[in-house]
Amino acid sequence: MIVRLRPIALIAVLLLLWQFAVTRNPTHILPTPWAVATGIGELLQHGLLLKYVVASLFRVTWGFALAVLLAVPLGLIIGWNRRANMALNPLLQILRPISPLAWIPLAILWFGVGDLAAIFLIFLGCFFPLLLTAINAVRGIPAVYINAGRNFGLSSTALVSRVLFPAVIPQLIIGMRITLGVGWLVVVAAEMIAVSSGLGFLIVDARNAGNRYDLVVGAMVIIGLIGLLLDMGMRSLEHLKSLRWSYSED
Amino acid sequence: MNSLAEPKKWEKIFWPLLATALLLALWHYAVAFTGTKIFPSPLDVKNGIAELIRKQVLWRDIIDSLRRVAIGFGAATVIGIPLGLILGWYPAANKVVNPVLQILRPISPIAWIPVAIILLGVGDHAAISLIFLGALFPIIVASVDGVSNVPSVFRLAGRNFGLGPARLLTQVVFPAALPKIIVGLRIALGIAWLVVVAAEMIAVDSGLGYLVIDSRNSGKRYDLVVAAMLIIGLIGLILDTGVRRLEKLKSIRWGFRDES
Amino acid sequence: MRTAKLQAGHVHMVFTRDGKSMPVLDDISLEVAEGEFVCLLGPSGCGKSTLLSTMAGFLSPTSGEIKIDGEVVHGPDPRRIFVFQERGVFPWLTVEGNIAFGLFHLTAPERRQRVDHYIKMVGLEGFEKAYPPALSGGMKQRLEVARALAVNPDMLFLDEPFGALDSITRLVMRGELLRIWQAERKTIIFVTHDIDEAVQLADRVVVMSARPATIQQIVNIDIPHPRDISSARYLELRDGIFQQIGLAHKI
Repeated sequence: MIVRLRPIALIAVLLLLWQFAVTRNPTHILPTPWAVATGIGELLQHGLLLKYVVASLFRVTWGFALAVLLAVPLGLIIGWNRRANMALNPLLQILRPISPLAWIPLAILWFGVGDLAAIFLIFLGCFFPLLLTAINAVRGIPAVYINAGRNFGLSSTALVSRVLFPAVIPQLIIGMRITLGVGWLVVVAAEMIAVSSGLGFLIVDARNAGNRYDLVVGAMVIIGLIGLLLDMGMRSLEHLKSLRWSYSED
Repeated sequence: MNSLAEPKKWEKIFWPLLATALLLALWHYAVAFTGTKIFPSPLDVKNGIAELIRKQVLWRDIIDSLRRVAIGFGAATVIGIPLGLILGWYPAANKVVNPVLQILRPISPIAWIPVAIILLGVGDHAAISLIFLGALFPIIVASVDGVSNVPSVFRLAGRNFGLGPARLLTQVVFPAALPKIIVGLRIALGIAWLVVVAAEMIAVDSGLGYLVIDSRNSGKRYDLVVAAMLIIGLIGLILDTGVRRLEKLKSIRWGFRDES
Repeated sequence: MRTAKLQAGHVHMVFTRDGKSMPVLDDISLEVAEGEFVCLLGPSGCGKSTLLSTMAGFLSPTSGEIKIDGEVVHGPDPRRIFVFQERGVFPWLTVEGNIAFGLFHLTAPERRQRVDHYIKMVGLEGFEKAYPPALSGGMKQRLEVARALAVNPDMLFLDEPFGALDSITRLVMRGELLRIWQAERKTIIFVTHDIDEAVQLADRVVVMSARPATIQQIVNIDIPHPRDISSARYLELRDGIFQQIGLAHKI
């Protein structure tokens, strides 16, 4: 029991240090943890917090879902077909390192400032990693599985649904978890630049309209917590028994 | 394994070239077809790149971005790897520190931008700190992972030969963990490259990220925007390939038995 | 009269996992003389590897003690090297690097000399700069033996070292091990579940029961090397052990 408390104790100590440091040298900039907490309370009261959280989550959900719907099938096809992979891989490798943020001017050009631009950016941020994950997952299927499937006389469609798909799901789920995290990162950045609601917007707005750094830090804390919750949610998917087989060594 | 016969060697060049050519053609005709005056055609982009090189702006921006990555990433490596090694080696310490890491990790470096600007103002320091933050967590996580997955045979053998804790850490644990650490470095480098572009779009006024934003803001030069994007992609690819080369070194390759 | 190199006195080992206690070793007492080749023989999972690890100092017995050269064993020591299956070689070092691993207190020329000597002894010439993934299972096993021998230990503990090799390589490796043993006369304690292997190699075979392990019988193998595995005495000894373990003759 004591062991469980130690990390919480560490966090408490860090918070105390933070509080102490700021009260000793009151910069008008960095707020104390207490100020942050009250700031969050204030946002809750005005109903703003809920509104912004919902807005951010809304965009992430759409962008992520679109990415999954497009990237997974596409990735499976490209991974399966060796020539398609040879043809497209170099292009993908060049597009991948281009941060979604670098797409912002194009996003604004095509979609204007608003929800669509944000969703597009999130889509982009999730699409490429997922695509590459799906491709790698297919290429990594041990030949024995495919051969066994063929040996038992499976048709192409059956091969895909009864061998290929189950074989790639564990890796896909891990990829989806990581990509969801990326999506959450991108939404914050996209909101800082391209829309006027949401947690990212809250950060810039709180600073621009009155130097409310307590709200800035408060927003960051909430962002971190939601990101953590999303991650934990996806991890619980990985624990489903029918998917556990691939994680036996963990 | 799947589909048809073994592809020939020439196919390795043929297919990508074909796909790229097709895409470029598609792009070109889409621009011509829609008659847009803003979105650049491939030709415009090529000219844009030439212009940037002529004006010597390109090299300066590339070097600025790379410099920030080098410093931020370098610092993250120097601090992250030893820290990760210690946390991985002493599970008790890890149990205490890990939850803090797990909470801080999802806060994207981009969300830290305001704090960085607050504390360090607009400029190099802010950008480098953000890169450092972004690269630090993957490196620590990978180092911890690498150390905790060192097969116990190696540790036992090391102790058997009379190695003290210092030698054990440097001559057995570190080399055994190195493959996983290098993967972490590769991921962190990718993140660092993403972060530098983001940081430059918001917090500094030089570098490739800034070039992207500035080209649009001062004159809607979308040809330069796309040009800058492609260069960002290319350099990112080069960095990634570079680290993958490291992974192929014989003293590290053993850790990747199953990679294709 | 040879003095006892290793003495195990009433060694008990109990593992506790999730609150349940599992007795693994039950009152093991054994003496091994210097220069002897002793096999610990028993079915898989009986605890013989645990006993070996305890002798090597990686584990502490729950009760009882292990003494080597009269001193109680407290931990691992370079004077007694444990040879794992070939997975114990360090994959990030070359063959040379592995063999030189324990030689950090020697000067460079001395190291060079030792490494060359043992590379020749185990027959890995030509592979000095190779990395373990490029070696076959048998070669990796030889590398691990060379690494162990290079630090000139008094004792070698081998834990089913040939288990991962194919049967032909196994026969070859047994011959190699005997050749090295006869050249260097180390005290060797060798764990196996293969009855033939035990009778082919050992001076004495310690037959152990299933878990919790006790010493069922100690068989003296009085055939001189090289042993003819179709000789009457060999078959007699082997069958005796078969019967001890309760195995039928016909499958």
